[in-house]
This record gives sequence, structure tokens and C-alpha cells, in this order.
Amino acid sequence: MRYMMLIYSIEDPNGLAPEEKKQVWEAHSRVMQEAGRKGVLRGAEPLSPTTTATTVRVQDGKTLVTDGPFAETKEQLAGYYIIDCENLDEAIEWAAKIPTACKGGGGCIEVRPMPGLPARPQPDAVADHAAILNG
Amino acid sequence: MQESFAAALASWPDKGIPENPAAWITTTAHRKLIDAVRKEKTRHEKQDSLRYEIDRAGRNEDADLDEAAMHFPDDRLRLIFTCCHPALNSEAQVALTLRTLGGLSTPEIAKAFLVPEATLAQRLVRAKRKIQDARIPYEVPPPDRLPERLAATQAVIYLIFNEGYSATTGSSLVRNDLCAEAIRLARVLCDLLPQEAENIGLLALMLLQDSRRNARVIDGALVTLEEQDRSLWDRVQIAEGLTLVERALRLGPVGPYQLQAAIAALHAQAQTAQETDWRQIAALYAKLLELNPSPVIALNGAVAVAMSAGIDEGLKEIDELGHTGSLDHYYLFHAARADLLRRLNRYRDAAEAYERAVNIATNGIELEFLKRRLLEMKSH
Repeated sequence: MRYMMLIYSIEDPNGLAPEEKKQVWEAHSRVMQEAGRKGVLRGAEPLSPTTTATTVRVQDGKTLVTDGPFAETKEQLAGYYIIDCENLDEAIEWAAKIPTACKGGGGCIEVRPMPGLPARPQPDAVADHAAILNG
Repeated sequence: MQESFAAALASWPDKGIPENPAAWITTTAHRKLIDAVRKEKTRHEKQDSLRYEIDRAGRNEDADLDEAAMHFPDDRLRLIFTCCHPALNSEAQVALTLRTLGGLSTPEIAKAFLVPEATLAQRLVRAKRKIQDARIPYEVPPPDRLPERLAATQAVIYLIFNEGYSATTGSSLVRNDLCAEAIRLARVLCDLLPQEAENIGLLALMLLQDSRRNARVIDGALVTLEEQDRSLWDRVQIAEGLTLVERALRLGPVGPYQLQAAIAALHAQAQTAQETDWRQIAALYAKLLELNPSPVIALNGAVAVAMSAGIDEGLKEIDELGHTGSLDHYYLFHAARADLLRRLNRYRDAAEAYERAVNIATNGIELEFLKRRLLEMKSH
């Protein structure tokens, strides 16, 4: 089953020192290579920092657009991996290898199972989406 | 027994226990453990059968997961580690462990934890759902993960024991059924992993603490360790506890449960409160503090210092702890401080401290005890 590893990082406007940056990216590189080698990597991308975020809410038919992430928390979403794992313990092992200091300060990884969309025939658009995503 | 402790204390390197407890279980031992059990189906089949059991149990609360637990040691080992998986929250771990491995039914567990049965049932459903949806595996952890997972399992068992030993709410102080269950679970863990000194230490600790159950509450009132009628202590349990402490210490490496068990053993061996070897106890607390620098342990250590080196010494240590502020909301801190002040006949200061303890304590019986002391102090 696929698991998404959501990387939460403390955003430091000064960013990382060059040496630290190098270490972080090397660690990411190692994880991607290892997961790639094992054929279990399904995706991995960084996100631009929350200074570039925009939040969209639709209320009473009106579209409300605001600057910034949906919640002001100490640690913010910085990126993600999607890795195909046998079980949660395996997912945890991967998560422990992923660096979380990407945006300046160390944080944590939230591990969420991706149950996928049902492949069973459904009398609506869900079936089309499942078909698109499941390939 | 004194010699064993002295010898153990002397032989422990100054640095304390090894940094990496992964050495406890060698790969060989781990392999032997897996090989020693009966011929098994593939892991997937087992996982499917557990999922099947979880499904069945989810539909019918009284479905007997105990069946799986009874038959095969490998199943019980896997069950214990699965129920105590860190991805489950503490309440879920406790409920699941008691339900699948303990001898208690859902209504019995609910009653023991003073929650409505529906709440407990929901907790179990959510826990099983999490195991299923997140795919928590039905496996004994690999050697490099075993130490931390074992510690998590021991923590769950001790949590269950403590809930029974000193209930945080409610009017009764001891819920024997939970203590008995925790002891039973610790025995299972010892059976399954007999080379683990901390498993044996945990069992010993609980047996020794539990041996005092008939002396702790008389006519609904709390009786301190110092004032307990020691003829009411369970000598059979004490004998077993003492044997186990020695076995654990000889096995090594030393750990927090063994140290706490050793302290409990010293209390158990004293024929009267006056004969208690407080100096040894203080030394053991110092060692425990090295492994586990918690303010609560420091507090207990300070009390031992008070009883061995002098009340003023102990009070000094307690006041130093007080300055950190970390124990401000811990009623036993104020109660301990009050007790030492009382022994020094500093009635006004003692009353003030008892007052603070009374404001924080939540257990009915302990509250009554503290209020009584407060009245005594005020009467001077």
C-alpha cells in the first residue's frame, strides 16, 4: 500500500546554512535513490515555502482568497514522499530516514496511508477518476 | 540479598547501563526465538487471519480473540507487540492489551477504568480500525527495533498495574483486578522472552508492590508504608518477588524496573519500618536517577535521603527540586515536603504544604488522608 510521508518543517526565513543545505539534500537524494532502486518510490517533491501559499475557501457561494497557509502552525508542510510499503513499520523506517529540516528547522513526518480509490464499478465520476489514477 | 545489591552496585560501570540496549538480544537469540515456535504459515496468512479476527471482533464485541492468544507462544508474542504498537495511543494500547491478552471482558475493563462501556467499546473499535487501515503489522519487531518496542510493551503493562494500584480518580485506592491482570501479562512476557532482565524486574516490582495491598487501606483510610501492619503483607508474593529481583540483577544489564524492584525488595525485607535500609534505598535511587533523570524519581530519592542522612538533608534536596518548578502540580511533591516539615515539628509550614497537596490531589482516599494530616497540623 502507498503511504504519503508529509514533511513538516520549521520555516526559518534565513533558510539553511550552505553546509546544512547540502546535508539535507544529500539525505533526500539517498532516500530517493534507495526507494527508486527498490521500485517503491511513487513520488517525492518539495513545496515552495508558505510565503508563497494562498488559501481558497468557498463560503455561501463566495470564493474567499487569503494570503498564506490555512493555519499558522510552528511547523509547516514542506514537501512529501509517496512510497509503496508492506506495512506501517516499513513506512516508519522510511520516514525516519527523511530529513525534516528542509525549510530551516527540524520538524516531523506525518505518515498517512493512501487507500486509493475504489476500483469497483461505481455509477458515477468516481469510477472515471479511479481509472485515470490507477492507470 | 544485601550482598547481591552491593555486588551489583559495585560491578556496574560508573557510566551506568550500556548506551545501546540492542545488545540485550543478539541476532542469534532472536532467530532462536522465532525458530523455537511451531511450524508457521506464511506471514501474510497470519496477517490475514488477524485481519479476519479483527473484522469478526469488530462486528461482535464478544468474539473471542483470546483464542488466538491462548494457543501458541508465537501468536501471543505477536499480539502483545501489536497491541502495544506505538502508533496506537496509550488508552488504545491498554484497552486492546487487556481485551486480547488479559482475562477481562469489555464491561470489566470499562468498570476498572471508570468509563462507560460504550466509551471503552468505541476505543477498541477505533484501535482495531487503526491497525487495519494503517496496516500495523502482526509481527515481532526486528532485533534493532526490539528494545524500544519491548520498553513500550512494559510501559503499557506497568500503566495497567498503576491504574489498579493507585487509582487517579474514584473513591477506592486499589483495584485488585487490574493489578492481577498486569502481573499475569508480565508473566506472559517473561515466559515468552525469559532472557530479558527488565521483564523479570517489572514482574518482581509489581509482585512486591502488590504484596502490600491488604495493608494499604484499612477501614477506607490510607495507611502509609511506615504505619502499615506488615503481618498483612503477602509473604508468598514477597518471596517470589525477592527471588525474581535477584535473578534479574544476575542476568543484567540493569534497568529502571530492576532498580525499582530492588528498592521494593528492601522495603519488603524490613521486619519493621525502623529496620528499613534507607541508605541502600537512597543509593538505588541515585542509580535510578542516572538512568532516568525525572523529577519524580529525584523526589523519591530526596525522601530516601531524608530517612537515611537526616530530615534536613532531604528537605534541602526537596526545596532545590521545588525551585525548578517542575513538580508544582504534582501533589506528592507537596505531600512529601509537608511530611518532612511535620517530622521537624514545623507545623505551620507543614500545614501550608498539606493545603497545597489537598488542592491538587484527586483520589478520594488520599485526599482524606491529606486532610487528616492538615487538621493535625492546624491543631498545634
